[in-house]
Amino acid sequence: MKKLDETYVKEIYQLIKSLLNFCKYDIELKKGELSLYCSSNDLTKILLFLRDNPSLNMECLVDVTAVDYPNDDLRFLVVYNLLSISKNFRIKVKIKLQDQDTIDTISDIYPCANWCEREIWDLFGIRFKGHPDLRRILTDYDFEGHPLRKDFPLSGFTQVRYDSELSRVVVEPVKLDQEYRNFDNLSPWEGMGKYLPGDEKSNQK
Amino acid sequence: MRKRENYSLNFGPQHPAAHGVLRLVLELDGEIVERADPHIGLLHRGTEKLIENKTYIQALPYFDRLDYVSPMCQEHAFSLAVEKLLDIKVPLRGQYIRVIFSEITRILNHILNLTTFALDVGAMTPFLWLFEEREVLMEFYERVSGSRLHSAYFRPGGVHRDLPDGLLNDIKRFCERFPKQIDDLERLLETNRIFRQRSVDIGKISKEDALNRGFSGPCLRASGVEWDLRRNEPYDCYSEIDFKIPIGTNGDCFERFLVRIEEMRQSISIIEQCIKIIPNGICISDDPRIVPPKRALMKSSMESLINHFKLFTEGFHVPIGETYTCVEAPKGEFGVYLVSDGTNKPYRCKIRAPGFAFLQATEFLSKGHMLSDLVAIIGSLDIVFGEIDR
Repeated sequence: MKKLDETYVKEIYQLIKSLLNFCKYDIELKKGELSLYCSSNDLTKILLFLRDNPSLNMECLVDVTAVDYPNDDLRFLVVYNLLSISKNFRIKVKIKLQDQDTIDTISDIYPCANWCEREIWDLFGIRFKGHPDLRRILTDYDFEGHPLRKDFPLSGFTQVRYDSELSRVVVEPVKLDQEYRNFDNLSPWEGMGKYLPGDEKSNQK
Repeated sequence: MRKRENYSLNFGPQHPAAHGVLRLVLELDGEIVERADPHIGLLHRGTEKLIENKTYIQALPYFDRLDYVSPMCQEHAFSLAVEKLLDIKVPLRGQYIRVIFSEITRILNHILNLTTFALDVGAMTPFLWLFEEREVLMEFYERVSGSRLHSAYFRPGGVHRDLPDGLLNDIKRFCERFPKQIDDLERLLETNRIFRQRSVDIGKISKEDALNRGFSGPCLRASGVEWDLRRNEPYDCYSEIDFKIPIGTNGDCFERFLVRIEEMRQSISIIEQCIKIIPNGICISDDPRIVPPKRALMKSSMESLINHFKLFTEGFHVPIGETYTCVEAPKGEFGVYLVSDGTNKPYRCKIRAPGFAFLQATEFLSKGHMLSDLVAIIGSLDIVFGEIDR
């Protein structure tokens, strides 16, 4: 088995570029890690190709995850993290999605994607088409909202407690005894942009 | 004759054999498991969301609280990820200390798993014998970091502080003594008829299935795949150390047990090698942008005091980029997918826990087995809810 170093990753990079020619994609090599950007329609094709091609042989799906960029037009980035155990390399397949887009499930290609997709649905609200069992997984049974979206507040909207008078669990709006202390410690000297901090008046004439 | 209907059973969330807060909805045909639906999330604390709101230094202690029986290995993954984005090197002594403590953590984790597995299938003695040794190991934790469990010892750049005097000697003495305990444990269980009947050919998984289901670590190796991140993607100083990777052939509960036993022996050998060749020098990088100044220096130097204050309020800025960095944690591949937007807080930190894949496979593993075998399967997979629920 080859050692995972820079020359080997470059070899793989060239190899994928030469083999994968049936659809549009973009592959980049940064910090020794490969990422492949493609459109959501080509996802199953590309994953099947990566899994079944004998010179790539990516038999293991390590993880599926998403990143939320609320200010972008294509809001979500879904990342499929693949590993080839026999060839010893990794690649990340990335797909950009709009807010309401759905994406094909891959749980029939990699069985372990099942829960990962449920988790993404739960935490980000991205729907997977054809998923056998798209239920919430990490949050509470009747939870509302998708907590890992950037517009979901850290303290959430509701809190639960046991009410001894009603003798049941009650859900109520979140009430904090002390506000969450979010210190903005970003130094004005590091992130200085066009104007000097405290010198805003200079622009208003 | 009346037709017998299937029987639904709610297993957990408070059940001693569920290893934490697992709720399993089972459908049983008599005593045979037809369907097992794990409900997780009862220990969900929103770690990933919290990390997005903390600086890199503040985010580190959350990693202790994921898999709370192998804390240092998880700090290791996060530290390596941050180091990769910052592009800094760890001094050699720091690397060796990390490897020594990663291996101590591995023993710590395997002791807990093997003995509670044995307890689940009816053997009490290993638990009583080996937990004493766990206490000794946690004292080592306490001596380097000040706390027995949530150590926050591995930091981006190295380890928090150097080893106290005499600790290496004590670890060495432990390494001389401990193999006998492993032998005792193995002798107690390996030929034990009850233990064998409860674990041989139970929860079998083939090589292909294990790969398809995202297995890693000892569970994958028990199915016969020679894959160990310490060997295949060496981090820190693992490439300079000689160790064997035990693999199984059958992939059942019994072999997962055997692989872990052998891994403890290899860990002892790794620690011994490290103690022999550990160099002197600094144990954390001396880059003042990332590492706080020495306490003594802060008493006399104003700049150091300011530096310290800035580091612990504002933290350090990590350049824009992303990385997936993983380590061979005792349970399997523990990875951190870290996305940085150039500020002092991570933009996204996805934690890849090995147990998530294992628990997902419980239905596959337990279908057609008896209810009592399900307990053995869960025990042998080494499931801890801190990391699964996050």
